[in-house]
Amino acid sequence: MIGFWTLFYKELLRFWKVAFQTVAAPVLTALLYLLIFGHVLEDHVLVHGVRYTSFLIPGLVMMQVLQNAFANSSSSLIQAKITGSIVFVLLPPIPYSAFFAAYVLAAMVRGLMVGVGVLLATLWFAELRVVAPLWILVFALLSGALFGALGMIAGIWVEKFDQLAAFQNFLIMPLTMLSGVFYSIYTLPTFWQRLSHYNPVFYMIDGFRYGFFGVSDVAPEFSLGVVFACFAVVTALTLNLLKRGWKLRT
Amino acid sequence: MAAAVSIVDVVKNFGSLQALAGVSLEIAEGEFFGLLGPNGAGKTTLISSLAGLARPDSGSLKVLGHDVIKDFRQARRLLGMVPQELVFDPFFNVRETLQIQSGYFGIRKNDDWIDEILENLDLTSKANVNMRRLSGGMKRRVLVAQALVHKPPVIVLDEPTAGVDVELRQGLWQFVRRLNNEGHTIILTTHYLEEAEALCGRIALMKQGRVIALDTTANLMAAYPGASLEEVFVRTMNQ
Ligand SMILES: Nc1ncnc2c1ncn2[C@@H]1O[C@H](COP(=O)(O)OP(=O)(O)OP(=O)(O)O)[C@@H](O)[C@H]1O
Ligand SMILES: [Mg+2]
Repeated sequence: MIGFWTLFYKELLRFWKVAFQTVAAPVLTALLYLLIFGHVLEDHVLVHGVRYTSFLIPGLVMMQVLQNAFANSSSSLIQAKITGSIVFVLLPPIPYSAFFAAYVLAAMVRGLMVGVGVLLATLWFAELRVVAPLWILVFALLSGALFGALGMIAGIWVEKFDQLAAFQNFLIMPLTMLSGVFYSIYTLPTFWQRLSHYNPVFYMIDGFRYGFFGVSDVAPEFSLGVVFACFAVVTALTLNLLKRGWKLRT
Repeated sequence: MAAAVSIVDVVKNFGSLQALAGVSLEIAEGEFFGLLGPNGAGKTTLISSLAGLARPDSGSLKVLGHDVIKDFRQARRLLGMVPQELVFDPFFNVRETLQIQSGYFGIRKNDDWIDEILENLDLTSKANVNMRRLSGGMKRRVLVAQALVHKPPVIVLDEPTAGVDVELRQGLWQFVRRLNNEGHTIILTTHYLEEAEALCGRIALMKQGRVIALDTTANLMAAYPGASLEEVFVRTMNQ
């Protein structure tokens, strides 16, 4: 257990020592999105009977939770691989499950810190209802964990930072952007609506938003099921990669 | 009693390159063992396999009777390794680095032992200096310190003296000798053959992934009377 706590603590320190880049910067990015889109569209759009700026906030929060959870575990692993300091965590007798848990939990902490930061900052600009806080918490935690684990896979897989950027630009960004952060998918043409249902991030944001407004495109229980299933699959895959030492142990 | 290290028929390929072509070795507890050979002979690959950093294609490796794959937690607890590459984590200072490494091995309060290691490696004055600010030789010493935080009974040093100044080399060997006298098994690779000659009780010479000579240092030297280990090395390699 001490091995796990140490690795978890080390991972927290790693982003906390540069919190300006890892926490403050993403909060600012989300605020800019809110100011620009909110300003342009506030007067024209009601979604599910909610004013656009308010509608936008949970999506932005979730988007930053996901992207930062992913960034944390992936950049930590790839940096350690490139500098070679990965040996320091490969030599000790840390079980795979503890290794996995430490990276994923640290990623969740960073994701949630950014998420809370975005939420607090945006409260200045729009009022926000909270109908079902438990749903909010559950979706934030589970989605952060899922993207933390995805970040581990990416960090183990890629060999250079530009490959990681490709992973982020061609997979993570489209998945999050095309998931209903900026709109309700029911405003989309049928084809794109159908396609959105194959995007797991859609369920994360939809369920998360339900916690705030009590309305959603699909039932939150269903969304939870989808997100949980994805998490289970990704966890099983990551543990298997760690067990085999894939790309970590030559 | 189990051998400190037992290696049986280990083969390791990197694509079409055979880095280890069936290596078997047994090292007893308390030995000071030298693993010598030219660049690319497979020394680091063998050591990495022992530490679980590389996965052999076949064969088995054990540390004090514990298989490094099936029983990896026990095997790793018993092994301390100084990697050949000069690696460090730029986020931390020397003391933090050693505290964190202790934690990875399940040790919470380790400051007495950390102080002793720092003292012996002449790092006390650098304890609170960030790793980035250390010279190459100092970083190397921190690597040695990191390998020792959990007082491993088997210690593997992969070229620990590369880039380390003369005075510290003496200090390092004194410390390692003391650990050996206290019962730690030492496995050493180095290209400084005088060091190996002075320190190692037994030596394996490796070439192209094979052990081509394995004997006590005295017996190896006796084969070529009057020659230094360096001459013995060159002649054996060219046989
Ligand atoms: N990760 C790797 N991928 C491909 N080939 C490798 C890898 N690691 C080692 N090799 C090859 O395996 C062979 C043995 O390398 P190794 O590092 O074990 O040699 P060594 O005896 O430690 O040499 P040196 O004295 O230079 O440290 C070399 O031909 C090397 O190029
Ligand atoms: Mg080597």
